[in-house]
Amino acid sequence: MSQDIFVVIEHLRGQVSDTSYVMLAGARQLSQSTSGNVTAVLLGHNAQGLASNLAADKVLYMDHAALAEFTSDAYQIALAGLIQEHSPRAVIFGHSSIGMDIASGLSAKLGTPVVSSCRAFTTDGKYVSQICGGKIMAEGELPGPAALVTMVPGGYKSELGQSAQAPALTTVSAPTLEGLRVTLKQYIEPDTSDVDIAKESMLVSVGRGIQNKDNIELANELAAALGCAVSASRPVVDQGWMPTTRLVGKSGKRVKPKIYLALGISGAPEHVEGMGESEAIIAINTDPNAPIFNIAKYGTTVDMFDLIPVLTEKVKQAK
Amino acid sequence: MKIAVPVKFVPDLVEELTIDPGGAALDTTWLRLIINEFDDHAVEQAILLKERGSGQVAVTTIESEGADDFLFAAAAKGADQLIKLTGDFSSANNHALARVYADLLKELQPDLILTGVQAHNDLDGSVGPLLAELLGLPYVGYVAGLTVTGDKVVARKEYSGGLVAEVEVKLPAVLGIQASEQPPRYVAYSKIRQVMGTAKIEERPVSGLDPSGGTAVSRMFQPEVAERATMLEGGADEVADKLVGIFKELGTL
Amino acid sequence: MEITLSPVSSSLSKTFFASLYELTNGERIRTCLQCGTCSGICPFGYIMKFPPGKMIGALRAEIFDQVIKADSVWMCVSCNACSAFCPSNIPITAALMTRAKEEMLLAGNIPTELQAALENTQRYGNPMGESPRKRADWTLGLQPEVNILGKTRQPVDVLWFVGDYASFHSRMQSATRALAKVLNALGIKFGILGPEENSDGDSQRLAGERGLFEMMAQKNGQIFKRYKFNEIITTDPHAFNALKNEYPALGISHPVKHYTQFLYERLEQIKPLLKNEIKARVAYHDPCYLGRVNGIFDEPRALLKAIPGIELVEMSHQRLNSLCCGGGGGGMWLDGFQWEKAHTRLSEWRVREAVVASAEILAVGCPYEPPRFEDAIKTIQNASQLKVREIAELLAEAMGL
Repeated sequence: MSQDIFVVIEHLRGQVSDTSYVMLAGARQLSQSTSGNVTAVLLGHNAQGLASNLAADKVLYMDHAALAEFTSDAYQIALAGLIQEHSPRAVIFGHSSIGMDIASGLSAKLGTPVVSSCRAFTTDGKYVSQICGGKIMAEGELPGPAALVTMVPGGYKSELGQSAQAPALTTVSAPTLEGLRVTLKQYIEPDTSDVDIAKESMLVSVGRGIQNKDNIELANELAAALGCAVSASRPVVDQGWMPTTRLVGKSGKRVKPKIYLALGISGAPEHVEGMGESEAIIAINTDPNAPIFNIAKYGTTVDMFDLIPVLTEKVKQAK
Repeated sequence: MKIAVPVKFVPDLVEELTIDPGGAALDTTWLRLIINEFDDHAVEQAILLKERGSGQVAVTTIESEGADDFLFAAAAKGADQLIKLTGDFSSANNHALARVYADLLKELQPDLILTGVQAHNDLDGSVGPLLAELLGLPYVGYVAGLTVTGDKVVARKEYSGGLVAEVEVKLPAVLGIQASEQPPRYVAYSKIRQVMGTAKIEERPVSGLDPSGGTAVSRMFQPEVAERATMLEGGADEVADKLVGIFKELGTL
Repeated sequence: MEITLSPVSSSLSKTFFASLYELTNGERIRTCLQCGTCSGICPFGYIMKFPPGKMIGALRAEIFDQVIKADSVWMCVSCNACSAFCPSNIPITAALMTRAKEEMLLAGNIPTELQAALENTQRYGNPMGESPRKRADWTLGLQPEVNILGKTRQPVDVLWFVGDYASFHSRMQSATRALAKVLNALGIKFGILGPEENSDGDSQRLAGERGLFEMMAQKNGQIFKRYKFNEIITTDPHAFNALKNEYPALGISHPVKHYTQFLYERLEQIKPLLKNEIKARVAYHDPCYLGRVNGIFDEPRALLKAIPGIELVEMSHQRLNSLCCGGGGGGMWLDGFQWEKAHTRLSEWRVREAVVASAEILAVGCPYEPPRFEDAIKTIQNASQLKVREIAELLAEAMGL
């Protein structure tokens, strides 16, 4: 068994996901306690270029037409062989639509343990996972021999996983990938006719606490006064009160505005995943125990229905 | 078509969670359990598929507080078969759970297995993909909407950024449901009570859990409050003034 | 949308009609004159595709399936105005509207907000989805400590059934504390059920969830059996209505009073304690389930008149003809739905009436009302000076508590 840390790079349509860099940053810290190397594992087809800015000691690259885009079946077969051959100390996946599709299956297939929702590693190499809607942290020794870890963002800055220098790349041969049971038919693009909330420098974001569709107007007025856009958490979009293009979170957009003004958002991890890297989060929520206050820079428990109309007026005056 | 939905119960976050004196687990004194919300969506999706075509829906869970009520509610929604696994599940992690469900599902031989894509207390992977591997079936998660044609299912898989992939999966298969095509429906309590008189819950005893492949917790704690927000005190007017100041300071106004 | 006269299926009309006969005075539906009084007095009648009179017409034409397909019955706030003024004394609210909502629910046609409230009630015993363990949190810091019967097991004279909104709603908790202080000042030996109390279930029943109502009633009934008390008082008129008129049929029978009745009986004891003047013109809003449904009009007014400085004024809708705040019959949980249909709220109409009556304080006796009226005040012109106060809050203030 080696002491190396593998990171399974996630990419879709030629774009490496932000989470991949967070995983590399986490792997770097973990490697210091195991005294091993950080190895990025890149599966793809004509995708060597994606390795150029990965902050890894080396890259294992596997090329196959069936690996061009992510599908669980092909990835799982390819990774099972690699893990068995190299027996790394840990393999880090995203706690995402990609990593979660394969990490558990590999655990059952290879008999190696899996750790979910890991947010960070301690200096002595323990995992720290975030569970129960962000309300509980669980810590423990990294199980062996090869721990499969799915990682949530938030614990490390993604910049730490990027490097100006391209790492050394070793091409490894792909196994036979035949009789695959899962195939990608096509991608359906998100609706882009609306504003791109990922490009806004400030967002007024509404959550379940907004109570009804009618109250969205309050947020709209405030955003209009501030000259920014309105975004929303999943319950609001599920209700059909806001279009999917405004959804922030795991299944929506990832945003990093200067100010993220969260109105009646509790701060569930699925939401935090989409906005946790905002420069300043300001939370307005009547529940003083809402987890959003744990990540916000400023907070208030004043009722938003009292606050917003006053705030809108004052913003207009301040201009 | 036979559809099976194995579901799991999780701590209800409406109750404040506390750590037990041992410091490595949740205190169960006041813990209330609730159906994993994603599993609830999986049940709804199964019922929707049944209503759209033909089929039989089997819903199964392990013995716990609220399990019977949940199963009867599923029957009132349209589930055909209710199975409760009985035994001591106090040490069950997802690996153990997936193994007992796998044993049951080998016998039921469903064409499609739907589970919630995850649960908020998952610490050792998620039940769906574990189950798929144990049964030798393909798995696709983050599914919000699906169409079954012949021996294939086309699933709409969600990625971050709103991107959706249409993925074709050969049946039998396991899908991890992120959201059902319609929100889980409400059933009038009178209907549930009626079902309680007619529907039968099959009980199947289970013994010898195998939690291997899981992970051990040495310490549980609540996230540190040190990094908590600076709270702005005062009434609406005062807080609004402070916010305007912050907006200016951070350069958005 | 047009009403089609050819019946798709007459069977629903027939079974629905027959089911009304099983309810108290339900057979009176046959005596409908189609005079239209009900649809005229209904605060949302003008917006319903099938206001009550038309619903009866649809039943007779055997096209009731169209009523179920349309969702206008969710505009009904169970205020009972239609029933109170029906010349044929048809139990329109209790039988027709409530049965129609039950039918909607069984058909799965239910607005999401209402669904959430019903699911919460099933799970937590309160519609807001609060932890039942926190039901007595409003008592924290009160001296003397409020007697929670499950803890002390002491027999009491009065069991105070506090109710959902009075227990949990952040606006209402101060009013609930005020009532506790008043009871203490009067030396009343009272206790509460705290975490063991469940929703009275009456608004859920009137929103079409009779099964859930019965479940709540049975749970409360079981708890009542555990403790010794002589009578029950309630903060919430809906709880009062349930305990007085609905629970006995389920074998749960206890003497019950709304707190305004209970205090009115002690008016002579209270009067000397009302030392502080509250100089204000006060309009009293009759809650539907205290006034119109249960005939308690004078006791709350007498309590208010006893407070030095208060000048009681009346709004245009008053007593039997009072205007609903919009929260009844599930209205508390249909706010978005009703707003989308009507683009107005009944609470806003009511606040306008208080302003016209030049009231400075809108006094209420139901915990649904302060949050609704205070919200409305924010949007109604010239209403910003109007204050909403529970009668208990005014009494406590006058007593200097």
